[in-house]
Amino acid sequence: MNTDKNVGRPISRLEGREKVTGAARYAAEHPLEGLLHGYVVSSPITKGKIVEIDTTEAMAIPGVVDILSHLNRPKLAWFDLQYTDMDAPPGTVFKPLYDENILYNGQPVALVVARDFETARYASTRIVLRYQQEPHQTCLEKHLDKARAPKKGLATALKPPPPPPTGDFENAFENAAVKVSATYHHGTEHHNPIELFATTTLYQGDGKLTIYDKTQGTINNQLFIANVFGLHYKDVRVLAPFVGGAFGSGLRPQYQLFLCVMAALHLKSHVRVVLDRKQMFSFSHRPPAVQQMHFATDINGKLTALGHNTLAETSNFEDYTEPTSNWSHKLYPAPNTLFEHKVVPLDVYTPMDMRAPGGSTALHAIECTMDELAYKLKIDPLELRLLNYSDVDPSAGKPYTSKALRECYLEAAAKFGWDKRIAEPRSMQRGNKLVGYGMATGIWDAFQFPSRVQIMINSEGKMVVDNATTDIGTGTLTVMTQIAADELGLEMADVEFRYGDSKKPFSMFQGGSAITSSTGVAIVVAARSMRKKLLKKAAEMEGSPFRKAKEEEVVFSSGHIHLKNDPTVKISLKDIIAFNKGAAIKTTKMGRPHMLKLRKYSLATHSASFVEVEVDRDLGTITLTRAVTAVAAGKIINPKTAKSQILGSMVWGISKALHEESIMDPQLGKYINANLGEYHIPVHADIGELEVIFADEKDSLINELGTKGVGEIGLVGMPAAISNAIYHATGKRIYKLPIHFDELI
Amino acid sequence: MNSFKFLTAPDVPAAIQLTDDQPLAAFIAGGTNLLDLWKYNLVNPTALIDISQLATLSALRELENGGFRLGAAVKNADTAYHPIIESRYPLLSKAILAGASAQIRNMASNGGNLLQRTRCYYFYDHQVPCNKRVPGSGCPAREGYNRMHAILGASEACIAVFPSDMCVALAALEARINVTGIDGERSLAFSDFHRLPGERPELDNNLKPGELITSIDLPEKGFPLNYSYLKLRDRHSYAFALVSVATALEMDGHTIKEARIALGGVAHKPWRSLEAEEFLRGKTACRENFAAAADIILEGAVGLEYNRFKIKLAKNAIIRNGMMALDPDAQLPGAQPSL
Ligand SMILES: Cc1cc2nc3c(=O)[nH]c(=O)nc-3n(C[C@H](O)[C@H](O)[C@H](O)COP(=O)(O)OP(=O)(O)OC[C@H]3O[C@@H](n4cnc5c(N)ncnc54)[C@H](O)[C@@H]3O)c2cc1C
Repeated sequence: MNTDKNVGRPISRLEGREKVTGAARYAAEHPLEGLLHGYVVSSPITKGKIVEIDTTEAMAIPGVVDILSHLNRPKLAWFDLQYTDMDAPPGTVFKPLYDENILYNGQPVALVVARDFETARYASTRIVLRYQQEPHQTCLEKHLDKARAPKKGLATALKPPPPPPTGDFENAFENAAVKVSATYHHGTEHHNPIELFATTTLYQGDGKLTIYDKTQGTINNQLFIANVFGLHYKDVRVLAPFVGGAFGSGLRPQYQLFLCVMAALHLKSHVRVVLDRKQMFSFSHRPPAVQQMHFATDINGKLTALGHNTLAETSNFEDYTEPTSNWSHKLYPAPNTLFEHKVVPLDVYTPMDMRAPGGSTALHAIECTMDELAYKLKIDPLELRLLNYSDVDPSAGKPYTSKALRECYLEAAAKFGWDKRIAEPRSMQRGNKLVGYGMATGIWDAFQFPSRVQIMINSEGKMVVDNATTDIGTGTLTVMTQIAADELGLEMADVEFRYGDSKKPFSMFQGGSAITSSTGVAIVVAARSMRKKLLKKAAEMEGSPFRKAKEEEVVFSSGHIHLKNDPTVKISLKDIIAFNKGAAIKTTKMGRPHMLKLRKYSLATHSASFVEVEVDRDLGTITLTRAVTAVAAGKIINPKTAKSQILGSMVWGISKALHEESIMDPQLGKYINANLGEYHIPVHADIGELEVIFADEKDSLINELGTKGVGEIGLVGMPAAISNAIYHATGKRIYKLPIHFDELI
Repeated sequence: MNSFKFLTAPDVPAAIQLTDDQPLAAFIAGGTNLLDLWKYNLVNPTALIDISQLATLSALRELENGGFRLGAAVKNADTAYHPIIESRYPLLSKAILAGASAQIRNMASNGGNLLQRTRCYYFYDHQVPCNKRVPGSGCPAREGYNRMHAILGASEACIAVFPSDMCVALAALEARINVTGIDGERSLAFSDFHRLPGERPELDNNLKPGELITSIDLPEKGFPLNYSYLKLRDRHSYAFALVSVATALEMDGHTIKEARIALGGVAHKPWRSLEAEEFLRGKTACRENFAAAADIILEGAVGLEYNRFKIKLAKNAIIRNGMMALDPDAQLPGAQPSL
């Protein structure tokens, strides 16, 4: 980094004003002349076949243009491979309107296209669909006997199976001094970003398509559309300038994109398709899971055996897995381990990554089991973690590039006032309320993907940075602008970061808390090249004082190159471009993780959450009064947007612990609370006082920026901390999420 | 497009006349329930008769008998924050404010609140059977996820609960409902307004087709000194009650002169037991007596797979709310941490 003027400052997001004033246009908000509107017809049955589609009445409604179903859709790519996206799990990809088979409830079976949305929606109620139903299986808990090993595939690279067994787990557990066995149950959750999934396709008529889509990956969806519809990828442009949250649901192309593009090509017209809230429950979700935990320690509390077996839902067409049983041994050393992960295929859509996939489910079970051990051992729960603390990753036998978890524990505990905890459950009270303190650890990946960035210095001496990434509301635009400005010593106002466009240089989808490290590092690498180019050009100028200057002898600041030892000697970037005959100077570079060097290390972010709850003694009502989360995630580029990420994920932790669940009716095979009135997420009154601490974690190994990503880590520890606080308050351990207050009376 | 007529009328008789001309018409007040039902394909009126502007329905005023009249088109928020309601009928104010969200209360009318439909998941999904929606089609809730459902007064055909908070207070206060229909005006005791499902779960209440609620009359007695509304739900706001309790007491020292207790979230209508209220008359206001009253109220309660907890929760809530009614100032909004 050349200067550190903007990086590290709490800068408000640059697009904030556009968002709060409504000026920002989301995927469904781009106006187009002659736009047609599609409304999706969803299957009311869970499994079986469509035997008849009668569209006579619907087609007769004025304004209805077409109704597409498997019976009359245009010819499509045939092979599964062509439907595969960068995040597809092993299996057979779901292909909308492919044939008469119904694979899950809510499956799209037709698209009504009309001149306006209301007509399309109304016409959808006038289609007569007849089905032949078959028995279905949709309830994980009822079909655990179907559990089997998941298939492996490309996606397994980012989601490795659990490590192989070590030592002699069974024997060690059997004979252990202190042990806990417990089974944890997690329900289904749907991402439910406030922005509904939507696509607006601009049919240009020259064989080219411009597509506004709600996505976390512009290039992922560009390639998908090109492959499925047999187009040249250069003729497909996917734009996502603003994304109203996604949380993983936008990592894969969703069916509205497919249907919208199909209709646009078929009707040779601009088309928009927006899902409704109920349909937001008809695709990806966090899978329900059953986790069987077997942890044991010696009499002093040192872990001797770790056993974690996960049984999780998947669909009948793809084997989705998320790393779940993998985590305990990344935190805690133990000589004997046994980890397994099995999937239970059911008649549901394939689950998908949802904020801290696997981690937030696993750490709940792991950290509650640790809590239970602490009570058995009569050791303070924090002390038990410190007793089993490890600077290396025991599961890989490698050191971490950095690990400031100890600082997280201690700083958060101090801020929270953990020392005021009275160990005995039900021993702290306030009037009718039982007061509980709970804590838990969080751990999450520190990913970096390859990313390509173009930097251009234009005739005004300003910097334009291009990359295909999205900004899903995380502050990516702001953070990238900060990084870029400092790299060339410019004001942020003189930097334009252009993104959310598949035409820009390559970025993976925005997931896994990886984009700050991925695109950020690419900016650093490209800026390095740009500084070289600018210096070289400056040296060519007549009478240039930089003729002999080496890179390390100059500094870029205030829009100029200066000599380090005499900063009054300078040339402005604007003059350099003028000397270049006004032609912009460009460079494009790839940022990549240093695989070779990093092979010797493990990479992770860590956190510690401390929570206070009040539980009403007679009524069971739970109030989260306050929570402190400390995070170790390397360098924090923007403490304000980073804090917002942690606050938001702490709220999600409250939601996961106490509120959120998609209720599956096994008889009907469908989610029955598919709306935001009954799918509960916390309201302000549920949130209490939240505090965020960033531990000072310097990481010179991990990448050029020393960053690790903050999008998910804030969620991971919260559910267990809340469960543990509830146990401390009430003496009742609830082995499931969400916890309902009535379970406490 | 789904076409319909939007009709307005200058006065009540004209509005009622419109229903005679348009048998498939619906009155619309705030629309916070009707429009949802429509969008979910549960209702399909051919015409809307806007009653929100009718002058006779829009007043809040004193009655000669010492009571107070709430116009049916008056907004829930305007009712809850009216100085007379706050001072003389604080139980009603609290109950209204425990419901929905500020935005919805600003739209929702008093008449519409009485007629809101159940929140049963299965009722709301037009693609599944429901005896309330399609009589005789069956009830998936009974064997399904019945966490929110009834423990009292349910029938084989229907276990739905009536979701209103406001009505729980109105039941306790013994309000009267004034309605006008093609055959003229009539007035119903609150306990006669809503009904139990029995064999006819499609009927929520005893309003006749085309009848318009014009107002709700509160009697003189408002229990302003000892009252409490307690609502228990899955989040701290913006969720329907799993159990709610409205308690109003008239005290003579530590002795109860008169008690009213109504439960919400447990039955197809706000639930009262005159026997329990009679039991409390002349008794000391203490946990033991409220517990005994709770046992009377909950006699015959039946729990299903997911709502069994409501029986114990209701009992604890009745006891707690009785005690809270003795010191209502301690639990005004903001002073009530866990509820
Ligand atoms: C998300 C959400 C959460 C909610 N939470 C709660 C809660 O916690 N507690 C609670 O009590 N309520 C809650 N409500 C319900 C809310 O109180 C009702 O929707 C509202 O009171 C209905 O009033 P309205 O004027 O909008 O009725 P409308 O929707 O206009 O009408 C409802 C019905 O009443 C009929 N109608 C209206 N006025 C009259 C009249 N004068 N005479 C005859 N018929 C009439 C209409 O034809 C229609 O059938 C919630 C609603 C929503 C949408």
